Amino acid sequence: MSYDVVIVGSGIVGAACAASLSASRLRVLVLDSSGIATGTTAAGMGHIVLMDDSEAQLALTGYSRKLWNTLAQELPADAEYEHCGTIWVAADEDEMNEVRRKQIVYASHGSDAEILDGRALRELEPNLRGGLAGGLLVQDDSVVYQLCATKFLIERAARYGTTIRTGTNVIEISDDGVRLENGEVIAAGVIINAAGVFASELSPELKIVKRKGHLAITERYPNFVRHQLIELGYLKSAHGSDGDSVAFNVQPRITGQILLGSSRQFGVESNQIDFEILKRMTNRAFEYMPDLKTLSTVRVWTGFRPATSDNLPYIGKIPGHENVYAAAGHEGLGITTSLGTAELLTSAILGKKPAIPIEPYLPSRTITEH
Amino acid sequence: MNKVTTDVLIVGGGPAGMSAAVAASGNDDVRITVVDDNPRIGGQIWRAELGKLKSVEALELLALLDQQWITLVNNASVFSNDGSSVLAETPSGRIQIEYKSLILATGARERLLPFPGWTLPNVLGAAGLQALVKGGLDVQDKRIVVAGTGPLLLVAAEYLTSKGARIVAICEQTTNKKLDRFALGLWRSPSKIVQGISLRSKLRGIPYYRNAWVTKADLQSVTIQHFGQTTDIECDMFACGFHLVPNIELAQLLGCEVADGFVSVDDYQQTSISDVYCAGEPTSIGGVEAAVVEGKIAGFAATGQIIEANSLFRARKKTTAFAKALDQAFELRDELKTLAASSTIVCRCEDVQYGKLTDHDDFRMAKLQTRCGMGACQGRICGAAVEFLFGWKDRSVRPPIFPVKMENL
Ligand SMILES: Cc1cc2nc3c(=O)[nH]c(=O)nc-3n(C[C@H](O)[C@H](O)[C@H](O)COP(=O)(O)OP(=O)(O)OC[C@H]3O[C@@H](n4cnc5c(N)ncnc54)[C@H](O)[C@@H]3O)c2cc1C
Ligand SMILES: Cc1cc2nc3c(=O)[nH]c(=O)nc-3n(C[C@H](O)[C@H](O)[C@H](O)COP(=O)(O)OP(=O)(O)OC[C@H]3O[C@@H](n4cnc5c(N)ncnc54)[C@H](O)[C@@H]3O)c2cc1C
Repeated sequence: MSYDVVIVGSGIVGAACAASLSASRLRVLVLDSSGIATGTTAAGMGHIVLMDDSEAQLALTGYSRKLWNTLAQELPADAEYEHCGTIWVAADEDEMNEVRRKQIVYASHGSDAEILDGRALRELEPNLRGGLAGGLLVQDDSVVYQLCATKFLIERAARYGTTIRTGTNVIEISDDGVRLENGEVIAAGVIINAAGVFASELSPELKIVKRKGHLAITERYPNFVRHQLIELGYLKSAHGSDGDSVAFNVQPRITGQILLGSSRQFGVESNQIDFEILKRMTNRAFEYMPDLKTLSTVRVWTGFRPATSDNLPYIGKIPGHENVYAAAGHEGLGITTSLGTAELLTSAILGKKPAIPIEPYLPSRTITEH
Repeated sequence: MNKVTTDVLIVGGGPAGMSAAVAASGNDDVRITVVDDNPRIGGQIWRAELGKLKSVEALELLALLDQQWITLVNNASVFSNDGSSVLAETPSGRIQIEYKSLILATGARERLLPFPGWTLPNVLGAAGLQALVKGGLDVQDKRIVVAGTGPLLLVAAEYLTSKGARIVAICEQTTNKKLDRFALGLWRSPSKIVQGISLRSKLRGIPYYRNAWVTKADLQSVTIQHFGQTTDIECDMFACGFHLVPNIELAQLLGCEVADGFVSVDDYQQTSISDVYCAGEPTSIGGVEAAVVEGKIAGFAATGQIIEANSLFRARKKTTAFAKALDQAFELRDELKTLAASSTIVCRCEDVQYGKLTDHDDFRMAKLQTRCGMGACQGRICGAAVEFLFGWKDRSVRPPIFPVKMENL
C-alpha cells in the first residue's frame, strides 16, 4: 500500500497535520517510534497563547488561537478546553510600559486586551502579592489538556482514513518515502518530518536543539488561580538569553490543580530533575505568589522544547528535497501553533494560498543563510 | 536549607532499618543516620507497641540503637534522590542528606483492589482500619467483615476483636489446598506457628471462610462469593486488604533494577547500583524475621563487615523460603480481575473509572490519557491494582514520591 503522505511523529504537531491532510482526502500514514503524544507533547503546559516576540510569531499564534477557539466546540470534555485568559503581570512601572506597548500591538492585530492597574489585578487574582503595578488581561487565550486534544486529532484523522502505527521507528527519510528500523521501506508522495526534538536526526538540514524545562503540579486548590499568569519579565529572562533562566508562569487546571512553570536550559541532555533550577523556579514564583509555598506539590517533571535559533518553527519544504516537508521546532509554543502549522502545511502541499504568509517559517530561511 | 552528611544512610526505621543500623554500628568508624517518616521508630509492626514493651526483639534493638552513635531523624519523608544525596521533608522544612552508602528499608503497604463499593466510607483496608483504630477510632460493638487475602487478615481481626468489635466473618480468597500446604510448611518456622495458633484460638467462634471473596459492598452489607454461591452479609464496616505491595518508589527513582515488582539484590542485599542496599519488604514480603535478617546483612555489608554478613546467609535462606511460600499461598485468583464494573472507580485521586482504562495498551498511555495514578497518592494505591488487573508493569515514578510543600521541593 502506498500513501499520499507519511508523517513521522504523532505529537500534537504530527497529529494536527494528519487531521488536516486527511480531511483534504489525502491518504495519510502516521508513524511514531513511541506512542501517541508521548514526546514533548506529554510534558508541556497546554497554554494557548498569543505571543509577540516577532511579527511572524504574532501572526502564527494569532491564527492558531483562532483555529483553537473554533475547534473548541468539537473538543471532547476530557480535552478540558478552558477559556480562562492570560494575565501578563507587571511588577513595576517599567513593565507597565511594556503592558501598554503590548496592548497596542495586540489591538492592531485585532485582539482586545485590557490594561489592569494594581488594584484590578488583585481583584482578579487575590493570591498575587500586593504592590504589583498591574497587568494585561488577554481574554481570548485558553488552556487545554493537550494529551487528550492530541488523541482527539489522531482519532479524527483515523476517521478520515489515516493509518497510525506506533512503536515504529523511522531511521531514514528520502524523497521517495521512509525506511524503518526493521528494514521496511514505505513509499509516499510527501513525507513530513514532525519528529519534534528528534527532527534534525532525520533531517540534518534542520537545526533544532533541546531546551529543557521543569514543571510542577499541585493537589487541588480550586480558584486559587483563575487565569494563566505570566510575569512580563518573561520576555527578557526566558527568551532573551542563552543561559539558564526561570520565570513565573502559573496555570489553573479545570481539576483545581495548579501547574507551575517554567525553566529554560540549553545543552542539558538528562531528563532528571535539577533541584537547583527547580528551586530558582519556585522561588521566582513565590516572589509573585507567596502562598504557593505551602501548597502540596504532587509531581515534578521535565520536558524538552524543540528550539530553533530564531524561535520560529520550521514549516514547509526542506531545501534540497522535492517531497520532504518539515513541521518541527515549535519550542515552547507547539501546543498553540500546532493547528496553524497543520493548515499552512496542508495549503503548501495542495498548492493552495495559505491563510497567512508561510515565508517566515520556511526551513529555507535559516538553511540558505549558511 | 539544612544539609548534612553521613556515611551510611538508612531510609526506613522498621525492623529492617533498625537491624541494619545496629549491624552497621559494629564498625566504629562510620556515622549512621536513620530517617523515618513517622514520629516514632519501629515500622509497621513495632511502632505502636514501643510504649507497651511487648516485643523482646524490638526492645533489644531499641536499646542497642540508643547505645550507639546513630542519628535518628523522625518525621522526615524522603521524597527524592538528588545525586548521592536524598531530600526529605520535615515539619521544619527540607533537609538534604549526603551519603556514602544507602540502605533502603522502606517497607510495604496494603494492596487494595477495586470492586463495586470499595470507595464507600464504611469500606477500609484491613490494615488501614487497624491503623485508624490505633489512632482512636471507636469500633466497640461494630459488626465488621474482614476479607481479602493474607495473614494480616487474621492479625486485623484479632486486633479489632480486642477493641470490642464483632467480627462477623473472615473471608480468605485463596484455596484450601494452598492454605493447607502453607500451614504445613509453617512447622519449619516455629515462631510463626505460635503466632498463628494463638491467633486462631482468639478468633475461635468467628467463621473463617476460604475460597471466599468479595464481589460488592454497600453501606449495610457485603456480597461474598463462596463455592459458586453469593451471600450477602450484613455489617457496619468492611475491612478488605489483599496482602502487601512493596514500597519500591525510592529504589526506582534511584534507578535500581526491579524484577516482578521487587527490588533485585545480590547476596549482600546490594541493589544493581553499587553502595545502594535494600532490605525488608521491598525485596520480598517475608515478615519481620526476613526484615531483620536482611537488615543485618545489609548493615554489615555496607560497612565492610563481610564475615558477619556471611554468617547470616543460612538464616536468610529460611526467611526467603518463607516469603516464597507466602507468595504462593496468597496468590491472587483470576476472578478478582473481573470484580470492577465499567463505572467502578480505580484511581480515587483522579476519579478514573475502570471502563476508561480498558482501551489502553499500557500504563503510560492510560496514565497520560486518563491521569490514572497521577494524583496525590502518585499511584500508590491504583498502581498495584492496575498491575494486577491489566498486567501493566512499566509504572514510572516521578519525584516527589510523597506530596511535599512547594517550598520544600
Ligand atoms: C515544560 C514545557 C512547557 C510547555 N508549555 C507550552 C505551553 O504552555 N503552550 C504551548 O503552546 N506549548 C508549550 N510547550 C511546547 C510544546 O509542548 C511543544 O512545542 C510541542 O509539544 C511539540 O510537539 P511536537 O509534535 O513537535 O513534538 P513531540 O510531541 O515531541 O512529538 C514528536 C514525536 O515524534 C516521534 N519521533 C521522534 N523521532 C522519531 C523517529 N525517528 N521515528 C518515528 N517517530 C519519531 C516521537 O516519539 C514523538 O512522539 C511546552 C514545552 C515544555 C517542554
Ligand atoms: C499496614 C501494615 C500493617 C502491618 N501489620 C502487621 C502486624 O500487625 N503484624 C505483623 O506481623 N506484620 C504486620 N505487617 C507486616 C510488617 O510490616 C512486616 O512484617 C515488617 O514490619 C517489615 O519490616 P520492614 O522494616 O521491612 O518495613 P516497615 O516496618 O514497613 O518499615 C518501613 C519504615 O520506613 C518508613 N518509610 C518508608 N518510606 C519512607 C520514606 N520515603 N521516607 C521516610 N520513611 C519511609 C515507613 O513509614 C516505615 O516506618 C504490616 C504491614 C503493613 C504494610
